[in-house]
Amino acid sequence: MGQTIAEKIFKSHRVDNPSEDRWVISLDAVLCHEITTPLAISDLMERGKDRVFDPAKIKVVIDHVSPAKDSKTALQGKILREWTQRHQIHDFFDIGRNGVCHALFPEKGFVRPGYAVIMGDSHTCTLGAFGAFAAGVGTTDLEVGILKGVCAFHYPRTIKINISGKRPPGVYAKDIILSVIGKIGVNGATDKVIEFHGPTVDQMSMEERMTLCNMAIEAGGTSGICLPDQTTADYLWPFIKKEYASRQAALEAFQALSSDADAAYDAVIEHDISTLEPMVTTGYRPDHVNPVSAMPKTPVDQVYIGSCTNGRIEDLRVAAQVLKGQKINAGVRGIVSPATPAVYRNALKEGLIEIFMESGFCVTNPTCGACLGMSNGVLASGEVCASTTNRNFFGRMGKGGMVHLVSPATAAATAIAGYITTE
Amino acid sequence: MEKKFSGGVLFLDRSDINTDEIIPAKYLTENSKEALGPHLLEDLKLEGFQAEHAIKGKKIIITRENFGCGSSREHAPWALEVNEIRLVIAANFARIFKQNMFNCGLLAVELPESEIERLFSEFYGKGVFIETDFNHSVFKITADGKQREIAFTISDFDRALVETGGWVEYADKKY
Ligand code: SF4
Repeated sequence: MGQTIAEKIFKSHRVDNPSEDRWVISLDAVLCHEITTPLAISDLMERGKDRVFDPAKIKVVIDHVSPAKDSKTALQGKILREWTQRHQIHDFFDIGRNGVCHALFPEKGFVRPGYAVIMGDSHTCTLGAFGAFAAGVGTTDLEVGILKGVCAFHYPRTIKINISGKRPPGVYAKDIILSVIGKIGVNGATDKVIEFHGPTVDQMSMEERMTLCNMAIEAGGTSGICLPDQTTADYLWPFIKKEYASRQAALEAFQALSSDADAAYDAVIEHDISTLEPMVTTGYRPDHVNPVSAMPKTPVDQVYIGSCTNGRIEDLRVAAQVLKGQKINAGVRGIVSPATPAVYRNALKEGLIEIFMESGFCVTNPTCGACLGMSNGVLASGEVCASTTNRNFFGRMGKGGMVHLVSPATAAATAIAGYITTE
Repeated sequence: MEKKFSGGVLFLDRSDINTDEIIPAKYLTENSKEALGPHLLEDLKLEGFQAEHAIKGKKIIITRENFGCGSSREHAPWALEVNEIRLVIAANFARIFKQNMFNCGLLAVELPESEIERLFSEFYGKGVFIETDFNHSVFKITADGKQREIAFTISDFDRALVETGGWVEYADKKY
């Protein structure tokens, strides 16, 4: 019987089985940001265990609230800064070099096929796009990751989702993942890995695969995974060219790590997208999804384009294409936050920033900010936002605010119209 | 040990209660667990629910499915813990939340859906007290002079975490 990629990763990283179905595995990278890490650091200090397992495997960013908005967030940054200095953690991305973690770390080449990665952040599953087992964990797991370089999981059971069918125009990775979550539900993959397969996924760029894997957690999934292929090897080539003789050699090594054809899955779900339309969430759960066309005319107060889901260069290109030569509705506050400095720079070079500004959008620095209702675009009670982010929970972007999750194309069209639309 | 997981019960009659409802994101900038205390369940979407009033004197939550879904924030179990709620009983939990509970030395126990349904239909709205016999894995439920026992199971690993006081001490000793 063959094995899935997650099973192979578990076997090659096994440290212990403290009880029958529990696996303690070693980690290739422990990623940190300023919201969940400071409390792990202070707890370690209180316990007299202020140590790190390997400074080279710890990567740190300040991204959630940047620049700091008050003295509390300033303190969170300060704790991280001092900690990285104390332990000589060199991969630390402070303001000016910082961006949304799940967009920044892949861009830096920190994720590879076959890696086991944790972060104190639920959307760590994004990094599974590279064929890694990447899971969001709580502060204590993060703390143990920092201290010992290990983490405990249940043995990975995997759901295979086969995405196929000719992709209709105007339908993006975001619409596809929203439709998947709508199909399997917010609890549909709890404690399981989701493997994304099929011709649609094979044709996707790494950016699109990241959008897909990003929302695996919205169906309860531990990690979303795309199997490594030529696209993966090409994306990573600048970072791995010293390690492999050729791209072909890298690809072969990656494919050996990949799921076997006869691997066993918990479930196999066929998902045909040939008649899929642009999607939107309509309630307070990410599985409350409907086609935009079926939605009653819904005016919005704000449109937000950014985040680890849809703040990458391809997303900005798509939105800018819609906005080009247009003005956004006078009743709408448009906010775009390029997810990383590199995305921002490229958007500048390509003239996208000019298009956003010309249309009436406010361009902010790379940060999570509005996505979790912290800064740079918090909603007032009763306000409505069409957003390219990943969570529509009640109050997520500001107490009493309503969030509709959409693709960057729908977000841009909505900004122009003033209500949720694709045209 | 027993005392820690015993007390009055708060019934939350809903599935998919997420971590934003347990503790809103805006309090994630707090640098101490105690500061989270007054904000537990502040944004819970549940008809007629008033957090402050409902939580008072309760040590245990009984709820339905997928409790603790959403963000990975351990602030959720912390907010429970500083309110002295150390046991949550549900039909099932979101993975990260459940792991976080045990990692902190707290208890998250799953009972079959039919059992949860029965608890709601028998005891909802009544003054309910649960005494937990951790060593024998039994809850003793008392309400209206009636008493009932329910056995539960947790894995050896989760049990060890509760006994050692959480994952940090466990892992530092063992690995
Ligand atoms: S952009 Fe939003 S979802 Fe992504 S890491 Fe930041 S806060 Fe979390």
